[in-house]
Amino acid sequence: MAQKLSAFTSPNHPIRRMRRLRELLIEFVLMAAAASSIFITVGIIYILVSESLPFFDHVSLKEFLTGTEWTPLFENAHFGILPLLCGTFLTTVIALSVAIPMGTVAAAYLSEYVHPTAREILKPILELLAAVPSVVYGYFALLFLTPLLQKIIPSLPGFNVLSAGLVMGLMIVPYVSSLSEDAMRAVPLHLREGSFAMGASRFQTVFRVIIPSAFSGISSAYILAVSRALGETMIVAVAAGMQPSLTLNPLRPAATVTAFIVQVSMGDLPQGSIGYRSIYVAGLSLLFLTLCFNIFGLWLRKKFQEQE
Amino acid sequence: MSREIFSSEEFDFAADLRRRKLIDFLFSVAGMLSLMLALITLIALLVDLSSTGLMRLNADFFTNFPSRFPWRAGILSAWVGSLAVMFTTALCAIPLGVAAGIYLEEYARKSWFTLLIELNIINLAGIPSITFGLMALGLFVYRLNLGQSILTAGLTLGLLVLPIVIVTTREALRTVPRSVREAAYALGSTRWQTIWHHVLPYSSGGIMTGVIISLSRAIGETAPIITIGALTFIAFLPHAPLTGEPPFVSFQWLSDPFTVLPIQMFNWLSRPQPEFHVNAAATGLILLLLTLVMNAGAIWIRYRFRKKLKW
Repeated sequence: MAQKLSAFTSPNHPIRRMRRLRELLIEFVLMAAAASSIFITVGIIYILVSESLPFFDHVSLKEFLTGTEWTPLFENAHFGILPLLCGTFLTTVIALSVAIPMGTVAAAYLSEYVHPTAREILKPILELLAAVPSVVYGYFALLFLTPLLQKIIPSLPGFNVLSAGLVMGLMIVPYVSSLSEDAMRAVPLHLREGSFAMGASRFQTVFRVIIPSAFSGISSAYILAVSRALGETMIVAVAAGMQPSLTLNPLRPAATVTAFIVQVSMGDLPQGSIGYRSIYVAGLSLLFLTLCFNIFGLWLRKKFQEQE
Repeated sequence: MSREIFSSEEFDFAADLRRRKLIDFLFSVAGMLSLMLALITLIALLVDLSSTGLMRLNADFFTNFPSRFPWRAGILSAWVGSLAVMFTTALCAIPLGVAAGIYLEEYARKSWFTLLIELNIINLAGIPSITFGLMALGLFVYRLNLGQSILTAGLTLGLLVLPIVIVTTREALRTVPRSVREAAYALGSTRWQTIWHHVLPYSSGGIMTGVIISLSRAIGETAPIITIGALTFIAFLPHAPLTGEPPFVSFQWLSDPFTVLPIQMFNWLSRPQPEFHVNAAATGLILLLLTLVMNAGAIWIRYRFRKKLKW
């Protein structure tokens, strides 16, 4: 016993040395795990760039950026990314025009109007919308919403951007509402009370006090929603048809960048072929677009914070 | 400006108040409607899927392989594949994610390195899932020659949900008060002993919640798995993990080709015959119920732990 106790009196006793070594080793392993998240980002960027660079040996950057036809798998191949970007842009705009108003109103309602107990129940239910697998939403858009819309617009084709975009909007509502609600609830109580004391109604308080002070959090919710909409794949692949077309008409079929990648991956593509390269170029464009939006959002937030 | 309004004789305070109260009321109706719309969407999903697919959910559907004939087709290879892929995903994401969470919350000092990791984790949440699939195709399938296998799919999905595990682990660790850690240090524990024997057990509820939520996300994820080239006709099962001869455990299944539930559903959905759409609805119903049950379970665990632990 005495011998065992003496182990802890001297810092150079082998047992204490072992313990220090073990602690150091564990810290190193944990740090490596944390650093692995950086390797994911680096891996994604490296693979996307290195697999798409040879693409530009065949296709000039000018044709890629300004061509109006995207038919990489045809005999007479054209490589203009614009039709795909157009599809992505269109579905994103439709989805956001559903998700942003609905999500913001739901967030304000949950944060400012509802009893805390009811909020505890309602918020998880709302979040379930984001948990539903997107391929299930694809089914919903193709076989539920499209027939429904066809009753209103009889000329609507079976595959169309409108129904895919609307369903995508419903899916990303929780991305908007959850983070926005957190931000709104974090606004200090005295700001609310000050506003009420001046005679403002709850609606006026929400729009003139709460939303401006929570804008930083709300805008990051919007950025996440935009990223989600840009990258959403299965709803569009199932319900919007897969024909790249340079159109801004939501009543027509179209293909997004993501839907094109799925379409090509469904077939068997030899590594290194131009079709294989084309999905990496599409993926890289998507990543670039997402990155641009995120930087724009950060800039917007910074600008808004400076004004305060 | 406002003083002018109040002093002007036309200003009718009572009417203005009525108007503002009306707007306030209308806004609360709008809020209720948007919540209702979310609820209606969920119910419509459930009703629509079960009205079409419920009659297909019999024992044969679970024990049959996919087939050219819609009434004979089943999801045996799909659910076994989903199970195997989820197992691999969990094996990849849980240790890595929890370890990273522990490091960031308990060890990391404020430095550019920590900041870089944190910013990176936030950014990973916004990266489209399909680019993870493209990365996996280039890295796991072609550079590391893992093939279009269960291992590739598990690793891909594991990396995809890693940020969710890290973030929820950190939140769970943060709920353990400082006093618990200090008490352990005072008794002479090292940092790791404190974490392993005290902090982790207390935060296990929160960590479990994160794990379940990340797996429920992974089970429905389709796009990255299609990208690694797994959309093929699979009418056989992977090798069994247990064998009759020593060493009794086999890892052959990791390198087997596979299919999963959402891919099987997408496959049936992209065919023109409505008979296959019935199969898709049945598969979708299973997927939907699985994710709803997993999420409800996660909420329940969180609720139980919050109630049980009072510091």
